[in-house]
Amino acid sequence: MNLTLKIWRQKNANDKGKMVDYKINDVSPDMSFLEMLDVLNDQLINEGDEPVAFDHDCREGICGMCSLYINGEAHGPDRGITTCQLHMRKFKDGDTIYIEPFRAKAFPVIKDLVVDRSAFDRIQHAGGFISVNTSGNTIDANAIPVNKHDADDAFSAATCIGCGACVATCKNSSAMLFVGAKVSQFALLPQGKVEATDRVLNMVKQMDDEGFGNCTNTGACEVECPKGISLENIARMNSEYIKASLKG
Amino acid sequence: MALDSKIPKGPLADKWTNHKNTINLVNPANKRLIDVIVVGTGLAGGSAAATLAELGYNVKAFCFQDSPRRAHSIAAQGGINAAKNYQGDGDSTYRLFYDTVKGGDYRSREANVYRLAEVSANIIDQCVAQGVPFAREYGGLLDNRSFGGVLVSRTFYAAGQTGQQLLLGAYSAMNRQIGRGKIKMYNRHEMLDVVIVDGKARGIITRNLVTGEIERHSAHAVVLGTGGYGNVFFLSTNAMGSNVTAAWKAHKRGAYFANPCYTQIHPTCIPVSGDHQSKLTLMSESLRNDGRIWVPKHKKDVEAIRAGKLKPTQLAEEDRDYYLERRYPAFGNLVPRDVASRAAKERCDAGYGVNATGEAVYLDFASAFMRYGKEQAHVKGLDENDEALVKQLGQEVVKTKYGNLFQMYEKIVDQNPYETPMMIYPAVHYTMGGVWVDYNLQTTVPGLYCIGEANFSDHGANRLGASALMQGLADGYFVLPYTIGDYLADDIRTGPIPTDTPEFETAEKEVRANIEHLINNNGTKSVDHFHKRLGKIMWNKCGMARNAQDLKSAITEIAELRAEFWKEVRVPGTADEFNEELAKASRVADFLELGELFAKDALLREESAGGHFREEYQTPEGEAMRRKEFQFVSAWEYKGEPKDAVLHKEDLVYENIEVKERSYK
Repeated sequence: MNLTLKIWRQKNANDKGKMVDYKINDVSPDMSFLEMLDVLNDQLINEGDEPVAFDHDCREGICGMCSLYINGEAHGPDRGITTCQLHMRKFKDGDTIYIEPFRAKAFPVIKDLVVDRSAFDRIQHAGGFISVNTSGNTIDANAIPVNKHDADDAFSAATCIGCGACVATCKNSSAMLFVGAKVSQFALLPQGKVEATDRVLNMVKQMDDEGFGNCTNTGACEVECPKGISLENIARMNSEYIKASLKG
Repeated sequence: MALDSKIPKGPLADKWTNHKNTINLVNPANKRLIDVIVVGTGLAGGSAAATLAELGYNVKAFCFQDSPRRAHSIAAQGGINAAKNYQGDGDSTYRLFYDTVKGGDYRSREANVYRLAEVSANIIDQCVAQGVPFAREYGGLLDNRSFGGVLVSRTFYAAGQTGQQLLLGAYSAMNRQIGRGKIKMYNRHEMLDVVIVDGKARGIITRNLVTGEIERHSAHAVVLGTGGYGNVFFLSTNAMGSNVTAAWKAHKRGAYFANPCYTQIHPTCIPVSGDHQSKLTLMSESLRNDGRIWVPKHKKDVEAIRAGKLKPTQLAEEDRDYYLERRYPAFGNLVPRDVASRAAKERCDAGYGVNATGEAVYLDFASAFMRYGKEQAHVKGLDENDEALVKQLGQEVVKTKYGNLFQMYEKIVDQNPYETPMMIYPAVHYTMGGVWVDYNLQTTVPGLYCIGEANFSDHGANRLGASALMQGLADGYFVLPYTIGDYLADDIRTGPIPTDTPEFETAEKEVRANIEHLINNNGTKSVDHFHKRLGKIMWNKCGMARNAQDLKSAITEIAELRAEFWKEVRVPGTADEFNEELAKASRVADFLELGELFAKDALLREESAGGHFREEYQTPEGEAMRRKEFQFVSAWEYKGEPKDAVLHKEDLVYENIEVKERSYK
């Protein structure tokens, strides 16, 4: 199929940036979206132009490195996947596709479609861990039985890949789905309860300091999340936060 | 230089304990005076960085991704082995040790493997304490499953995302230390050289991938946890950015490179679909717990399937060839990866491949749906004879076990694996070869350590499933943090290592010259053009089956391709900006050197062992034929061009295991 691409080009963080049109022909429906961009880049390089910069690595939907806002949706039109898992069979011959970076105040553009998501790391530095030494001198793993439902819920929360689609999708650029998932994973496990108070207070504070917005319960983040992280995690974080605030 | 593996004396089971009791320690106050660089933040690098920082060293950690959490360990699916014997099925440290040595086709070091098995149980305790949400039974205790090449259930898992959960555990341990200021993290940085001062590794040169800035970083020791080099094949299950550069630069600075030809071709990957393809996707080995592998028994059915006239589900049971169950009744679908891959190739070469390219076999879950479904129906008191109900119940069980894998498959192939069997084919997945290290995980360069997949040490010629995660974390959490202290104990009075010395000057100059050459080359072909051509040579001549003639021509072709690359490659943009093509070019330049050494190593090894299969050396049944005279590690010393590399042999001595024919029948 033949496509028209409208892609955000921005030389660096200081550049103003603009949408630029490209034509690409003979796209196979079996290509992934990023493979289609590979073909475009090869074309640009052969024509002596600069290729489009975009983040990607594992290309199997788990590293969370790829992003892209495609036709107004984080990770494009399909559900439950990342951009690298989006295939061209979701588009039709003659389509025009708009490709933009994930936009949020806390995610400044580095170049073209590449953004800086280090704010997510800093939120985790503030409390995204259990303070246990990695010495191996812990108790036997089966000495802490965990209710299967709690373990499964903790796992579901922990499957978050930190891609930032929730932030890009949210009209407030809120990171509460991301932070809620991390808080929940630990809050649901007995190992995480010891530091629960400090964890939620510190992580929420860092989230606010980074310039993410608040949650107004639209739920768009859950819809666009490639891993189906549930809104329940935001509710759980709020409840943990209130409990922690009352404790002081 | 003679190779000294520094294996401690004494009985096998006591070696590690005795060694820890006798090596030097650095007192806590002095650790504050010592800097350590860790390159790579996967399971090995991440766990090492966190543990070293926690011990009190000042750690600088580097990764090329935008966050340490994205290292490719995250993509590991199936699980992590540990000799916990929670299932009471006869597992033990010895058994894990034995399975690993046998699985590696008797080409790994006994003492290292025993230590790995010994610390494996600790890893699970550690990860649970960190909040890693492993799969659990209803009683709240941990669940296990089986992996290839073993007869026990010792694999711990978190759905099909075990690597993700373990890496997030290591990342959280790093976060704690980053928050305390004990780890200084450098994201989007690529290591481009290691700096040797007075014969010791004392720093690295990096390029900031955002600004293009070339930086000098010094430390008292350098640790590489930079993963494997499967991307030398262009198409592999590795991430796009996975590369050999750090390990290769270390090699060029004096670290020997061991067994480069030992590559794992994983049997269950989604087949190649076309030339546009940028990577291959693994379907976890854990699927072989429940999936049965087959091709049609008769050619006429193969043709009908290829022509779309027959659906695999329509083929009668007696017309299917479950070739692994047929050839290897004792292990069935759970034979080790090298064996399963070769068997798939054998059937496809014989003309039984089930897709248009003839390079695919089926992985079928139909009988697992029924088995689980019956059990569920029984438990729930429903009708066990209602086939549709049983199938649905069974599919739900399979979904909780491998749901994300089924979804991945459907998205890529556009077929529903709950309704029709998956099509799979072997693909490059892991490299057992790597930087040579001694028992302390130190390379032949003092102060330069190498851990995880990047080193060569524990898996011999073939790695068992769910053992990579185990090795990465064992090295990073429990081995290196002890052994590095023995070396650093001499550095408590050294003081900070200056970076304004001639050694740093020279290394930086060379890095800059290389980059300038690439940027100013103004050739006619893209980096990927060369990478793809290299990949084709590697796959066709150094892939699942190798022979002397092909290997010799591969050596010549790779050398020619390398020369052409330096003349003809085109890297757009400038050096002082975010420039993905430049980053790729410098990685491919190293692959083009490694590839030649790879072929040279494969040519030297006139035997078949594990993942290395030489057509000239096979049994009448087509199994790998090991040869006693090749019971050594080949460690290559850099001497300029790859063809001039000098071979050093480390003989492998087996005192605790009888070396015999490796049979899974």
